Amino acid sequence: MTVLLAIVAGVLFASAIYLMLRRSVLKLALGLSLLANAANLVIFVSAGLTRGEPPLIGDDAAVPPVGAADPLPQAMVLTAIVIGFSVLAFTLTLMHRVYQEGGSDDVDDLSEADVQ
Amino acid sequence: MNALVLLPVLVPLAAAALGLVAWRSVAAQRLIALAGSGVLLAVGIVLLVVVERDGYQVVQVGSWEAPFGITMVADLFSAILIVLTGVLAVAIVVYSTATIDRGRERYAYYPLTMVLLAGVAGTFLTGDLFNLYVWFEVLLIASFVLLALGGERAQLEGALKYVAINLVASAVLLVTIGVIYGLTGTVNLADLSGRMADVDPGLAAGIAAMLLVAFGIKGALVPLFFWLPASYHTPPVAVAALFSGLLTKVGIYALVRVFTLLFADQAPDFQPLLLTVAGLTMVIGVFGAVAQHEMRRLLSFHIISHIGYLVMGLALFTVNAMAGLIYFLVHVALAKSTLFLVAGTVRHVTGSFELAKTGGLWVLKPGLAVLFGIAAMSLAGIPPFSGFLAKLALIEAGLEIDHLPIVMVALAVSLLTLYSMLKIWNGAFWKPLPTDLERFGAGAAEVTPERVIGTPVALAMVAPIVFLVACSLGLAVAAGPVFELVEAAAVQLMEPVGYIEAVLGGRGR
Repeated sequence: MTVLLAIVAGVLFASAIYLMLRRSVLKLALGLSLLANAANLVIFVSAGLTRGEPPLIGDDAAVPPVGAADPLPQAMVLTAIVIGFSVLAFTLTLMHRVYQEGGSDDVDDLSEADVQ
Repeated sequence: MNALVLLPVLVPLAAAALGLVAWRSVAAQRLIALAGSGVLLAVGIVLLVVVERDGYQVVQVGSWEAPFGITMVADLFSAILIVLTGVLAVAIVVYSTATIDRGRERYAYYPLTMVLLAGVAGTFLTGDLFNLYVWFEVLLIASFVLLALGGERAQLEGALKYVAINLVASAVLLVTIGVIYGLTGTVNLADLSGRMADVDPGLAAGIAAMLLVAFGIKGALVPLFFWLPASYHTPPVAVAALFSGLLTKVGIYALVRVFTLLFADQAPDFQPLLLTVAGLTMVIGVFGAVAQHEMRRLLSFHIISHIGYLVMGLALFTVNAMAGLIYFLVHVALAKSTLFLVAGTVRHVTGSFELAKTGGLWVLKPGLAVLFGIAAMSLAGIPPFSGFLAKLALIEAGLEIDHLPIVMVALAVSLLTLYSMLKIWNGAFWKPLPTDLERFGAGAAEVTPERVIGTPVALAMVAPIVFLVACSLGLAVAAGPVFELVEAAAVQLMEPVGYIEAVLGGRGR
């Protein structure tokens, strides 16, 4: 399963980079969202995939039971998903404004602010 | 619970929240932002004094013991940078009140600035790698909006590039954090410091390289700098000054933190790469600056050039080099922000950032010329200003361990820096004001010496520049005590045992 998810993450990275290298602004957005998801997947898998017990500490214990799943990557990936989602929402709005101002979705046309 | 460490984050966040409550009143938002940045500076100074006197200040947020909870740590390096953040915040908020247009002010300019400051302070104080990512995102989202706020076409295009490349950097950082957690089972920096030794050296070098890319993009190292000259010249100068003073420096801070804490073993292997990057960053940045004719673009390229000096300090990796790096960082943040604010004031009185369209200010606004002269000579490294001392410290550190090539590059780049500063001096201050503005097209405004003299420069535009120049001069005048302080900070960085013990309380390995 870990190998499978590693391959999935790799395919996601490859697709993301391919999309980001296209000239369309929309494909840049899709690429960025795939990239964020690929990174999230890597974090999610980082603790290893095991069918563990819920990491709940009983009233009479100080540590979680042996074999409990590691909750930290899941907490981290939730944080990363929320941040990634909000940043992507902002990016899409920004791209829409750029399209409204410039009338083009071709990245090569966005040369107003470039080094001259 | 040691609340002092949390205050540099909480104060600007509270100011941001209050500013949003006062949404309808721009005047109230200004006051809140001024109070917020003033209190931040005061808190920073208190924190620095306390850290200097009592050593590391540590807070385990939510009382979860390290390494399980999130740790906030203030060592001397962090505390110095918090003070720097406060100084820049005060100057730039005051300057903003005079220069930011109503439209931007009404759409949350001040609360966003405060959120940015909270993110920067959080990054400087956190002792946890994942938390570092979160603070990075806080400051990034605020910087995204500040960059795009106003919605001019150049701004939006610059912002899009800035956003896209920063999202890529964040993804690289996230993946690296995932890999580090997979290998070591912790993201606490102090805990990681002990555990990285168990990681296979090849893997550790790979992780270091990935972090170098992630923070290198944010810090604008060659060859990852292209977003900076495409975006930093587009927002109002107050925003550009804030970004130039703080944002790229945050990337450098993160690099210094991870290399001293996690990759001290790998640092010698990275030295040739880092030295090459440092040299190229200096040279390419300054050549870019020399080629520009617009003040904001010229200054943007200079940011890159000076990042090279900071990387040089990191690459040399000795106590003296780290001390030089910290001193240089403070110096360049002050000098660069000053120059951006001066450029904004030049634009205010002559109507243009283009060197060809300005001139005569040596006669018309001599006070401004003096302020520019001090900041520019300091940036170029002319004695007795702080830039000279900063470069001297780095170059001595280089000579100590016989790295002549980087020393020669650093010296040559100083000359070119001086040349590009002279270019601004000649263009805006020394040559007479151009009278044949028709050749720039019909849109060019009529500028006459009488109009330039008659344009009032508000106290709120001059006072921040005077304040920053005074801080910069203070850095040079008080060089003895300041160097003692940065050397103590450098010792803390290079011998992280104290940091680890302060965070883990002797539970570390």
